[in-house]
Amino acid sequence: MQTLIALGLALVLVPPAAAETIYVSNEQDNTVAVVDGATMTLQAAIDVGRRPRGMALSVDKKVLFVAEGDDNRIDVVDLAKRQVVGQLPSGADPEFFVVHPDGKRLFVANENDNQVSVVDIAGAKIIGTVDVGVEPEGMAVSGDGRTVACTSETTSMIHLIDAATLELIDNLLVDTRPRAAAFSVDGKQLWVSSEIRGSVTVFDTATRAQTGKTEFEVPGIRREGVQAVGIEMSRDGATAYVALGPANRIAEVDTKTFTVRRLYLVGQRPWHVALSDDQKQLISANGNSGDISFIDLENQEVVKSLPGGRGPWGVVIGP
Amino acid sequence: MAISNIQLGLLDLSLMRLALAFVGLLAIAFPALAEPQTMVIGYLGEQRKLPLPLGPLDEAVTDDGLQGARLGIADDAGTGRFLGQQFRLQERVLRPGEAPAEAVNAFAAAGISFVVADLDAAQLLQASAAPGAEQMTLFNSRDPDDGLRQEDCRRNVLHTIPSRAMLADALAQYLVWKGWQHWFLLTGPHPGDLAMAAAFRRAATRFGAQITIDKPWTFRPANGRVDTGHVTLQTEIPAATQVGDYDVLVVADEADEFGAYLEGRTALPRTVAGTQGLVATGWTAVDEEWGATQLQDRFHKQAGRWMLPSDYAAWLAVRSIGEAATRLHSLDPTAIAKYLRSDDFLLAGFKGQGLSFRPWDGQMRQPILIAGPRLLVSSSPQPGFLHQRTPLDTLGVDLEESTCKL
Repeated sequence: MQTLIALGLALVLVPPAAAETIYVSNEQDNTVAVVDGATMTLQAAIDVGRRPRGMALSVDKKVLFVAEGDDNRIDVVDLAKRQVVGQLPSGADPEFFVVHPDGKRLFVANENDNQVSVVDIAGAKIIGTVDVGVEPEGMAVSGDGRTVACTSETTSMIHLIDAATLELIDNLLVDTRPRAAAFSVDGKQLWVSSEIRGSVTVFDTATRAQTGKTEFEVPGIRREGVQAVGIEMSRDGATAYVALGPANRIAEVDTKTFTVRRLYLVGQRPWHVALSDDQKQLISANGNSGDISFIDLENQEVVKSLPGGRGPWGVVIGP
Repeated sequence: MAISNIQLGLLDLSLMRLALAFVGLLAIAFPALAEPQTMVIGYLGEQRKLPLPLGPLDEAVTDDGLQGARLGIADDAGTGRFLGQQFRLQERVLRPGEAPAEAVNAFAAAGISFVVADLDAAQLLQASAAPGAEQMTLFNSRDPDDGLRQEDCRRNVLHTIPSRAMLADALAQYLVWKGWQHWFLLTGPHPGDLAMAAAFRRAATRFGAQITIDKPWTFRPANGRVDTGHVTLQTEIPAATQVGDYDVLVVADEADEFGAYLEGRTALPRTVAGTQGLVATGWTAVDEEWGATQLQDRFHKQAGRWMLPSDYAAWLAVRSIGEAATRLHSLDPTAIAKYLRSDDFLLAGFKGQGLSFRPWDGQMRQPILIAGPRLLVSSSPQPGFLHQRTPLDTLGVDLEESTCKL
């Protein structure tokens, strides 16, 4: 028994492999919460522009870009100083964006203008736009940097953009009100979530044919209450995590069979999720309950709920 | 290696240009081949007498409903342009007193199968009985009359505007959730006011509220805009509301003649809710939740004013047709009419969940917004009001109580 307790204590005291920092955008109080991943405690709140939602790290991981929907710009946050040190133009109403692997460009969904703006980071200017469907939102870029994907909510499509020529390669019909898009790590699959249908649709990126689909069901919740939003792919390619919005769950999906392995009950209305660098912890930003849930994936349980600010939306893991 | 890749890329590009040019030639030679399919949707409105503006900030609107239908067409075209589907609105506004049958028959003759019927109940029933309407689907985007969903329901009519029963149930749920269960119901003299009051009484019974005081508004319509008009109102309203105690004053004044004068003038310091004050509505300009900001913004850009409930209902109608066409990959009217009424149909309407049509009376089930003058207050159904099928069916006339025979 004593040995067991000692073992238990040892387990508790062993720190996680890597120290990392979690950044959560709070769309209602205009801050980015800074959370220490090891201790799961709030370290700071960085004041940013109005209605921060989409976020992404620079390729060198020294800077966090934050889309400010109500200020029509992207703030540049220096992670060492923990303050905004610059601004980039974004086009109207930026919600979500991706950093291109070349490290030089951002691709920004302009929700009010039915277009994607391409931003040159060094020059702080918009160097191109691509017309897409109505209310572009989710953005993803393939690992090889060739293809940028953008969902349009009212058009119910995923638009594939050639990152070099900025031409539309294809427009694929998906389920109603698509929110997020994500490429698999090997680049062979493209995942798209649908808010109204509570589903994810998976496409083969080579043939652009639909190869899989998961329609989420949560016991005791009507289909209207099960909505799919943020997607995070595991680095080993075996798992996708999907935030189910008002169903207050995160689904763990097998990427081969497209079946749901398990559901994690988190705070209210999780928007987006992110995996820790060691892939052992999943973090969700819960918009309605204003907290951040930490899921221990090895023990398959939610271990902590941390008040994070008003309206947590995006979540990014940094060094 | 890198260089040859680029060269290859260029080669690809020039080949593609050639191919595109060839396709262009084909399109010129055989225009029918390249022609996308077109769906023409009818809009049938009627000229209405403008209500007297109650306050100096009120703006007269002559195109409510129509602007919503137009925006629906623009949104349908968003998906349509990628699928080779075009959408066009054929607009027809009836003169005062003009019967709708001729316009409906003309729509039918032009091959139109779906019509946004922005009409009052009597006109709507006439339109649905026109010979041309036999194979059509009409969308009631205007009249909240409960009779249209009950004994006067029609096989060829769907309703995108919420019924009075839905609005009253939505407000009742919120008031009961607040614990404001004792109501003072104050009702105007017009048929719409009386019908709304009946819906409030039904809702009170359904959700456990009590109408402790039930009074008609008997004062002349007071014109608060005359110089020193407030002096009259300041004496009239306390007198009219000098009653026993209650939690909330529920006002039924669809004609908007006196309800707005109540807030801040009642004998007891109580909240005003109903058709004025805290209102239950299908749409309001103050809503920015569930992505509504985008819809509000593009409506304002198009119409130069805020989106009204009738605009939203017309938009829902046109978008429903577009959504069905998208899902079916087809503009076949028979298939679309069937799909609209199926279990699979779900429309994204900026209210946080998918919207669908009730099979028993053709009413679109939807959350109802509870709004103050500047901000959204809530959205019903409220938590805790349960239903065996969907909480949305706690609003309005449910399957088991419906008298509609389609």
